[in-house]
Amino acid sequence: MNQLAVSAWSQPFFHHAVLAGTFIALAAGLVGYFLVLRAQVFTGDALSHVAFTGAMAALAGGYDLRLGLFVGCIGAGLLLAGIGRAGRADDVVIGSAFAWTLGLGSFFLTLYTTSRSGAMGGAGTTVLFGSIFGLNSSQTLVAVLVAAAISAVVLLIARPLLFATLDEAVAAARGVPVRVLGFGFLALVGACAGEATQAVGSLLLLGLLAAPAGTAVRLTDRPFLGLALSAGLAVGEMWAGLAASALIPSLPPSFAIMAAATAAYSAALLIRPMARVRRTLVRSRSVAPEPHGAHQSL
Amino acid sequence: MLLADAATPFSWNLLTDFQQMWSYPFMVNAFRAGAIVAVVAAVAGWFMVLRRQTFAGHSLSVVAFPGAAFATLVGISLSLGYFGFCVAAALAIAALRREGQPGGAGESAATGVVQAFLLACGYLFMALYKGLLESPQALLFGSFLGITTGQVLTLGIVAVAVLAVLAVIGRPLLFASVDPQVAAGRGVRVRLLSTLFLVLLGAATAEAAQITGALLVFALMVLPAATAQQLTARPGPSLLLSVVIGLAVTWLGLLAAFYWPYPLGFFVSTFAFAAFLAAHAVRALAGVRARSGRPVLLGGAV
Repeated sequence: MNQLAVSAWSQPFFHHAVLAGTFIALAAGLVGYFLVLRAQVFTGDALSHVAFTGAMAALAGGYDLRLGLFVGCIGAGLLLAGIGRAGRADDVVIGSAFAWTLGLGSFFLTLYTTSRSGAMGGAGTTVLFGSIFGLNSSQTLVAVLVAAAISAVVLLIARPLLFATLDEAVAAARGVPVRVLGFGFLALVGACAGEATQAVGSLLLLGLLAAPAGTAVRLTDRPFLGLALSAGLAVGEMWAGLAASALIPSLPPSFAIMAAATAAYSAALLIRPMARVRRTLVRSRSVAPEPHGAHQSL
Repeated sequence: MLLADAATPFSWNLLTDFQQMWSYPFMVNAFRAGAIVAVVAAVAGWFMVLRRQTFAGHSLSVVAFPGAAFATLVGISLSLGYFGFCVAAALAIAALRREGQPGGAGESAATGVVQAFLLACGYLFMALYKGLLESPQALLFGSFLGITTGQVLTLGIVAVAVLAVLAVIGRPLLFASVDPQVAAGRGVRVRLLSTLFLVLLGAATAEAAQITGALLVFALMVLPAATAQQLTARPGPSLLLSVVIGLAVTWLGLLAAFYWPYPLGFFVSTFAFAAFLAAHAVRALAGVRARSGRPVLLGGAV
């Protein structure tokens, strides 16, 4: 058992997983940071359900699973952007639409498993929970290229997008195309969701988008530092999760990645109150005549 | 599914259809359980939609899945797993809400993290259990076959408890939902109410998840309520309408799932979504009429 675990490090599937996982985590960390800043995590959640339905629809129709993932996610991203004002969608409308999407997903799943001979019985489970250890070399290459492209585009539009996110009205007045950015951003989230679904599955995708970014938002108020932190944390958590599941074979990689992400987030929850205490200490020190314990606060 | 083959095909004579369907005891139980679940989900969901907490509600509903997987793994009763996880998640989300400002970036990220982590736990439990739990799809998408009379009784008891508490806190909760600042100023304990409501929502989703599966509870919670709130703004009629729509789509869904070999959740969510779209259309139509100056009956009176 232990030998098997150790040898996982040298297996090609593990190398593929690390390579694809790194880039997917990078893209998810960057996209997720804006998703959290714009308070659109729920939109990401909706897209993750669309990912499931899209994949199942493609399988039921006899197409490649990935086609359904990307067409479904990017299409839904644009649709959600179109419904709302300035590329944001209303909470209840999203909820209503994707409650139905899930029902449709279960319909396609039934259609696929009952109508196609030789259907993979576990296809539904794979899409829901991902299989990062099941990527072959060509899938890895596609994952790396797509994720790298998403990351590049996010970095390219980071500055205007940040402006539009933090102060929409002022940004619009200064000539930033707020609406186009909103559309473009949700299309990016859709592409990222489609890609990340292959690694961690449509149900856990939300964790990869929300957890590193949520941690970064809690740790720093400075936008670009936060963006870098979010991407760094996502990649670190991906590595930690992959390493843990290679060491302990009974641990599914998707769970290990989520566990690492949640641990980092919980740690940030504990750090933030301390930072607040420290800040009040600093403030009281600047007012108080006698600076006690100034060296301690650093 | 062999059910559709065994039964006589659907005839347009509804009376004989229902007689035929209800000659199977499991269908009678399914209709009873469906009615209980639809009413609780519609009432709890109505407040959820009003408070714009659909994301929290959705997170609570998916938590039913790890609950069920955990119960299967350690061999305790499924209901215990559902309720334990859903109520625990409600408390976790309520605790994290306190940190971030409501509706802000921090809160939605926190809800997302709780949801994703617990789902991942569900996957772990499933992977550890192996064997008999051959696929998670029954837990995620539900099954209305094989609901026992004992389960219906449990559902009924929990439903009465949830509805009773909601009846007691309904008025202050409504106040706190519509205008939290003024309510707080008037001495309503907004934070306590919000925590209590999340716990109730957790109990309601746990209950519904046993029938519809973890992923489709949400359809029963959000769609009837959203539809009702489209049609009227007055609390009483809108709450009642939400319950009626919930009941109608659940029973129609059961009827359809009995005769066609597709999942119950698909039918329920499709009918509910159709009602939602119809309500949108009605409202848009009423808006056009109002602008053209003709008298409007819909919107206020329905």
